Amino acid sequence: MPFAAQTRGTATTTVHALNSLPQVLDRLNVAAKRKVLALQEYFLLAWNALRFIFARPFYGGDLVQQMDAIGVQSLGIVLLTGFFTGMVLALQSAVQLQTFGASMYMGRLVSASMIRELGPVLAGLMVAGRVGSGIAAQLGSMKVTEQIDALNTLGTDPIKKLVTPRVLAALIMLPVLTIINDFVGIVGGNLIAQFYLDVPTSLYWRTVWEQVASDGFTFRFIPNDFIQGLSKPFVFGGVISITACYFGLNTSGGTEGVGMSTTRTVVTSSILILVLDYFITQILLSVLAAP
Amino acid sequence: MMDRDRSTAGPPTEDEERVDEAVDAVDPRDRRADDVIRRKQEQRVRTAIQDELSQDDVGEERRRPEDPGPLQDAVIELERVHLAFDRPILEDVSFAAFPGETLVIVGESGTGKSTTLKLILRLLQPDSGKVYVAGQDIAGLSFTEALAVRQKMGMVFQSAALFDSMTVFENVAYPLREHTDLDDDEIEARVREKLEFVDLDPSDVMDRLPAELSGGMKKRVGIARGMANNAEIMLYDEPTSGLDPLTTGTITRLIMKLQRELNVTSIVVSHDIRSSFRMGTHIALLADRQIRFFGTPEEMTATDDRYIRDFLGGF
Repeated sequence: MPFAAQTRGTATTTVHALNSLPQVLDRLNVAAKRKVLALQEYFLLAWNALRFIFARPFYGGDLVQQMDAIGVQSLGIVLLTGFFTGMVLALQSAVQLQTFGASMYMGRLVSASMIRELGPVLAGLMVAGRVGSGIAAQLGSMKVTEQIDALNTLGTDPIKKLVTPRVLAALIMLPVLTIINDFVGIVGGNLIAQFYLDVPTSLYWRTVWEQVASDGFTFRFIPNDFIQGLSKPFVFGGVISITACYFGLNTSGGTEGVGMSTTRTVVTSSILILVLDYFITQILLSVLAAP
Repeated sequence: MMDRDRSTAGPPTEDEERVDEAVDAVDPRDRRADDVIRRKQEQRVRTAIQDELSQDDVGEERRRPEDPGPLQDAVIELERVHLAFDRPILEDVSFAAFPGETLVIVGESGTGKSTTLKLILRLLQPDSGKVYVAGQDIAGLSFTEALAVRQKMGMVFQSAALFDSMTVFENVAYPLREHTDLDDDEIEARVREKLEFVDLDPSDVMDRLPAELSGGMKKRVGIARGMANNAEIMLYDEPTSGLDPLTTGTITRLIMKLQRELNVTSIVVSHDIRSSFRMGTHIALLADRQIRFFGTPEEMTATDDRYIRDFLGGF
């Protein structure tokens, strides 16, 4: 190729690259604005959902129905998860504890793990999978079949009618599920400790209590472990329900859109649970000082 | 009418000249917009003259109302509405519907027909222009304020949009439970009355879930729910789409029955030219983001406009 043509070619490429640069920046700008807008809508939804808890009319029937759907109907899955997690935790630790002759501390290990971390996180993940996906699918279907628009036209605020009862139910029920999860997990650990390590049940439960007491108390009678273990599911309940409602109410594109909203809900809320778990732990560890 | 007014008022005033300019500037295709805007200008002149008469001789500066407000007797009015999402949807759309009229909005898919309904319901806000419902500009209302205005209207959705977790009775009773103080007996009586009005047997359908109903029955329950609150305005989005010819006829007759017996003002969005011509007192054709035609069905069939003739096909 002649030199002049080569030079021309390079110049053309350069000009092309310069022309496409603003386009790329433009696209990035648009994408960034969309993300910021989505984030704003998410927090606006959260704010409105929480604000409407104290505003009339109260949809008490819907709240009870959602507490049943989110709490009572999730009981089976939470019981199974907690019980087997407690057992496998004890089983895995047994080898290590036996090596150091520390089998009697099995109760401390299981309770610390279950109450502070595994109970809230596993209950959160289970509820995100079971309830979050259900909420997103239900609201998504209502959106694509114009039922949300119908609520609006009938003079009902869909956030008040659909989102607030779900968020409130999740805020109440997730801590309850976590307590149950913690308890059956510790019971599962007890079984392994008793039958595999020959640790008497009384000793096991005494060490469980020692662990709870060792981390200190707030206001002299609330164990710090409980504060950590119950503030997390409270936050997770809010995150799961608001994320599910957000994706459900923003569904578009028919049944395929409903599927995508469901997937996004489970993925996003699971990630948020794991990330927030770290930050809540970090904050609480610095706030709740051990004695 | 303008000439008559002028002859009584003497030489043309500044306002009247402005009216003429405004009328001349209107696209002649947009006949209803022309009419609405002309009436607005007349109203503005009248208000200005009244203002002048009411003032003393000190020579206080004339008040010239920039916003003439809604047309006096219009139930629904769109005034120079512009709306765009990623692309322009509606440009300079004006029309009005008066009490007892059934206005059918027709047009190709994606021309903004359903969007127009959402504007009337204040589910969307126009970028500019005004939307008046019963004389109230709803474009500037907050979400909560708009909820109150929506109670004056009943909406029938393309898919009926019945709440699938509720029975037919609960669906029709929903607006009554939400917004009235009626007791259970009164609510049941009202639900039965509305279901009978739409030719459904209350004792047969009341306890059924929407999934157990046929398409036509769902539409009828949708209409019963829309009118449960004795709405003065009914909005229909594709009420006959997806229905067989017989059921289409039934729904069309039902919409006409509402107009005839209850003097309800209706706005219907439809693709179905035959039923539109049967039920509509006026037809608005949306094309290229604007109202291409507005008039009676007879005027529409008599038009020479090539596009309209193509749109009507062999009708």
